[in-house]
Amino acid sequence: MKKFLKLSAVAALATATLAMAGTLDDVKKAGVLKCGVNTGLPGFSEADSKGTWRGLDVDYCRALAAAVLGDASKVKYVPLNAKERFTALQSGEIDVLSRNTTNTETRDTALGINFAGVMYYDGQGFMVPKSLGVKSALELDGATVCIQAGTTTELNLADYFRSHKMKFKAITFDTNDQVTKAFEAGRCDVLTTDASGLYATRTKLANPDKYVVLPEIISKEPLAPAVRHGDDQWFDIAKWVRNALVTAEEKGITSANVDEAKAKSTDPEVKRLLGVEGDMCKNIGLDKECFYRVIKQVGNYGEIFERNVGKNTPLKIKRGLNQLWNKGGILYSPPFR
Amino acid sequence: MPAFLRDEKIRGILYQIIAIVGFVAFLFYIAQNTAHNIEQRGIKTGFDFLHATAGFDITESPIPFTPQSTHLRVFEVGLLNTLIVSFWGIVFSSLIGLVIGVWRLSPNWLINRIAAAYIETFRNIPVLLQILFWYNVVLATLPSARHSINLFDTIFINNRGFFMPKLILHDGSWMIGAAILAAIAAIVWIRHWARKRQERTGEQFPVFLTGLALLVLLPLLAYLLAGRPITAVYPELHGFNFRGGKTFTPEFLALLFALSIYTATFIAEAIRSGIEAVPKGQKEAATSLGLSPLQQLRFVVLPQAVRIAIPSIINQYLNLIKNSSLAAAIGYPELVTIFAGTSLNQTGQALEILLITMLTYLLISLIVSLILNWFNAKMKIKER
Repeated sequence: MKKFLKLSAVAALATATLAMAGTLDDVKKAGVLKCGVNTGLPGFSEADSKGTWRGLDVDYCRALAAAVLGDASKVKYVPLNAKERFTALQSGEIDVLSRNTTNTETRDTALGINFAGVMYYDGQGFMVPKSLGVKSALELDGATVCIQAGTTTELNLADYFRSHKMKFKAITFDTNDQVTKAFEAGRCDVLTTDASGLYATRTKLANPDKYVVLPEIISKEPLAPAVRHGDDQWFDIAKWVRNALVTAEEKGITSANVDEAKAKSTDPEVKRLLGVEGDMCKNIGLDKECFYRVIKQVGNYGEIFERNVGKNTPLKIKRGLNQLWNKGGILYSPPFR
Repeated sequence: MPAFLRDEKIRGILYQIIAIVGFVAFLFYIAQNTAHNIEQRGIKTGFDFLHATAGFDITESPIPFTPQSTHLRVFEVGLLNTLIVSFWGIVFSSLIGLVIGVWRLSPNWLINRIAAAYIETFRNIPVLLQILFWYNVVLATLPSARHSINLFDTIFINNRGFFMPKLILHDGSWMIGAAILAAIAAIVWIRHWARKRQERTGEQFPVFLTGLALLVLLPLLAYLLAGRPITAVYPELHGFNFRGGKTFTPEFLALLFALSIYTATFIAEAIRSGIEAVPKGQKEAATSLGLSPLQQLRFVVLPQAVRIAIPSIINQYLNLIKNSSLAAAIGYPELVTIFAGTSLNQTGQALEILLITMLTYLLISLIVSLILNWFNAKMKIKER
C-alpha cells in the first residue's frame, strides 16, 4: 500500500498537467484543501475516537482552509509517514504539508519545496527506560536506538554520536507507532525524536512513568508547514496565515473577542489584520476577511498551542522557545503593513 | 477505400505501426512532462547523489558501513541484504516445502492432515501480516539483553537477536579448507566407483556413510595437524548489549521465518502436484522391483516429480525475492527499506532511486530465472 502510494506519486509527477502554478485556483475549484499530516502523533496530528483530526499541525491546515475556503472544516487530511511526505507534496497529491517537518537547507532547496514559517521550535532528545539507570545522553555509548526512517533525527543521531566518539546501532521503522512498539518491547535501549514527539509518544506508552526523557537537546528542529516550489502566491498565503496566527496572539485577539476587536479596535495593525482597513488579504489573492475567519474559526497561536500541547493537555509542554518574542520566546511575525 | 488498404496483410501491418507510434508518443509525452514538472519545481535531478555522504546508520551490513559512507554504499548494502535473506529464504522454503509436499501425500492420516493444515493456514494469510506477526512474537516472547537465555555460555538469545560465537581463521586454516575439498572430491570419486561396481556386480556400497565419515574426519585431522588454527570469539554482555561473535537480528530472523514458511506452502503444493502427476504405474513398477517406499520416492518418483514442479517452483523463488521488500515494515535493512526508503527521503530524488531499484529487482529476477531455466532445460527428459 505504501509502495503503491509512492509509485503513484511518482506517476503523478510524470503525468500531472503542465499548468501547475495555480494551487489557489485548484483548491478553490476542489472546494477542499488537501493537507498532508502525521499518521499519528498526539498533540500534533491524531484522529480522535470519532475520527476527527486534532493537533497543532492539524489546526494549521484548518487555519489555511478558513482563509482560503472560508470554512476551517473543508480539509481533506492525508496521513503520511516520514518517507512519503515529500514525494506526496512534490507530486501534487497534497496542497500543503503540515506534518512536524524540520526546515533544513537541503529540503528547502534540492527537494523543491518552500517552508512557510515555523509553527513549533523543537529540538531532538532521547527517552530511555528508568531501569537503564542512564542520566545523560553521553552515557549512551553502545546503545541500540529506535528511530523513524527518513527524518532529520536519523542524521542528527549519527552526527551526535560521531562527534562524541560513541558507537550506536540504529533500528529504523516507517511509522512512529512502529518505533514506539519496538521501544516498548525492549528492542532498543533508546527512543529518539523531537522533544515534543518524545512527550507525545510517552503518553502512548502503557506505563509512562517507567520512562524518562534525558536532559540533552542535540539539535535545532524548526517544524514548519511546506508548499511546492514554483507557486509564489500559494507560498505567500501559507506564510501569512501562519503570521496572522502569531500576530493575533501578540495583539491579544482570540477567537472569543475577535468580533469585538473588529468592531471597536483602534490599533491600525489590528484593523489591517482583520480587514477593516487596507488590502492585506487582497495582496495574497483572497477576500477582505480571510485572516478574520482564521482567528474566528481556529483561534490565535496561543490558543492553538494550549489546546493541543499546553499545560492542560496530557503533553504538558511549556511555551519555552515557542513563547512570543516579547515574552521571552522567539516566536515572531513580520508586521501586517 | 484505396486499393492497398483492402489487402488484409497490409492493413494488419498498418495497425501495428499505428499502435507502436502511439505507444512511443505516449512514452515521449510522459518523459517530457516529467522533465518539465521537475524543472519547474526546482527539484534536483541526476545521479550525483550516489556519491554524496549518506549520514545515517544501518543496523546490519555484511560490508563495512558508517554514516560517512555514500548513498552508493547504501545501495550495495541494501542489495546484499536482499540477496542474503532471499538466498536463505530459498534454501529453507525449499527444504520445508519438499517435506510438507511429501507429507501431504502420506498415507498416514495424522501426517497428511498436519501438512494440509499447515498449507491452508500459511498460504491464506497475507505475507506482510505474517512478517509483522513473527516479528512481534520474537520481540514479545524473548527476554531482554540482561536476562538472556544462556546456552552453555556460547549462544545467547534475547530480544536483540541470536548471538553466536564467531570463528576466527588463523594461519594454517587453509589446510582445513583443503581437507574439505579433498573430502568432497573423494566422495564424488567413490560415488562414481560405487555406481560402476553396482552396475557390474550388483553389489551396493554404503556411499552415504563413507562420505559422512570422510567429511568429518579429514577436516578434523587437518585441524589437529595444523595446530588448531581456528578459534572462536564468544559474545559477551558489555554495557547495553552483547558484543563480539555473530549476531542474527530479530528483524532478519522474523523476515526469514515468515518468507520461508509462506513460500514453502506454495512449493509444497507444486511438489505435491508434481508427485501426483507421476503415472501410478511408475510406483507400481518400483514396488514390483522390490524398492522400499523411501527408495521409490528417492529414485523413481521425486526425479520425475521435480521435473514437473520446477517451472512453478521458479515462480515461487522469484516471488520470495520480491516479497523480501516487505521488510520495510519491520526495519530489516534491505534494498527497499534503506535505499528506496531512507536514501530516497534524505535526497528527495524519487524518480532516480525508484528507477534504480526497479531495474535492480528486474535484473535479479531475470538472472535467477535464467539460471533456473537453464537448470530446467538440463533436467528435462531427454528424448532420443
